[in-house]
Amino acid sequence: MSEKELINLEQIFEERIERDEKIEPKDWMPEKYRQTHIRQISQHAHSEVVGMLPEGNWITRAPSLRRKAALLAKVQDEAGHGLYLYSACETLGISREELYQQLHTGKAKYSSIFNYPTITWADIGAIGWLVDGAAIINQVALCTTSFGPYARAMVRICKEESFHQRQGYEIMLTLCNGTEAQKAMAQDALNRWWWPSLMMFGPKDEDSPHTAQSMKWKLKRKTNDELRQQFVDQTVPQAAILGISIPDPHLKWNEASGHYNFGEIDWEEFWQVVKGHGPCNKERMEARVGAWEEGAWVREAAMAHANKQTNKKVAKAS
Amino acid sequence: MKKEWPLWEVFVRSKNGLEHRHFGSLHAADAEMALENARDVYTRRNEGVSIWVVESKYITASNPSENGEMFEPAKNKVYRHPTFYKLPDEVKHM
Repeated sequence: MSEKELINLEQIFEERIERDEKIEPKDWMPEKYRQTHIRQISQHAHSEVVGMLPEGNWITRAPSLRRKAALLAKVQDEAGHGLYLYSACETLGISREELYQQLHTGKAKYSSIFNYPTITWADIGAIGWLVDGAAIINQVALCTTSFGPYARAMVRICKEESFHQRQGYEIMLTLCNGTEAQKAMAQDALNRWWWPSLMMFGPKDEDSPHTAQSMKWKLKRKTNDELRQQFVDQTVPQAAILGISIPDPHLKWNEASGHYNFGEIDWEEFWQVVKGHGPCNKERMEARVGAWEEGAWVREAAMAHANKQTNKKVAKAS
Repeated sequence: MKKEWPLWEVFVRSKNGLEHRHFGSLHAADAEMALENARDVYTRRNEGVSIWVVESKYITASNPSENGEMFEPAKNKVYRHPTFYKLPDEVKHM
């Protein structure tokens, strides 16, 4: 392809995006669009999969059968969401094996929120309420993203995820209406999860190297700071209903802007966790890689069985 | 012997009277496992009454970069549309 032809293709592509046309896997796309999507979609898929670990920690210890069934269903959904996203990512010409490889070697990232520990039952409530709440805000914004398979996966995920947040908030509500000790447990969980939840929206706009390009390609429809503000605005009244307080002395309603002002995030901590120095980075990867390696014989046996069945059918037919 | 499970495309009929629609894809060792995985991945909330799975490698797809030639024959035949034919307003039910 000549350079002139390439420039022409790029221009046609940009115009399609401009007109809000969806891009489908077999369409021509700039290599950088492909790579950026592989990076973001796979990061999203890995987050769903690693996200099962902190919650899985509580399945056997959920306080009732109702809570256990709900938590199991939620964790199963996360697995499903990971699969929708891996499938969307594979349409860009990368194999599932490669994607796993990138996760296991640390080349690909996943959401840092899952590098924090779940030490009490209230953490399961706080995760559903805050972490899923933040994820939903991110994901609703992605339902209209320009890459068709990603947008379709997002629509399905958003439909399924609203129960996740409600079950989490219900756990918090029950604890807050319980004994003093239970309410204190809910407050403690909010104290620990509030700031990491705000960090889920990523660096500030001025420090986000990918934002401008991602907005132009309609991979992102709103900036990190816009989404973070939306999260704060919707969550503060929910905390008030629970009767627990958000651990931010600078949090204040701003009549003029119609939004809450809030304090500065500890960006030092943010980058430390991103770089792998969070409380559970090592543990999460060990669990994930361990599960993959210990399951190798099952995958091989299933393939051997499938081949045997095929051979049998061929033998019968001939 | 290939170690990785092949890719399958999943089609789901959401209720009788509607066609099967493409829902997504998944990996499975064989057709039976693909059906079971499709049930678990794509129909956890009663989204379907029937599932088809087909190995992705058996699908032949048209090439979007050739859409011009591919779909051109349909574009210049306005006489295939009812609005091409001019009839007086008095003619009813047509």
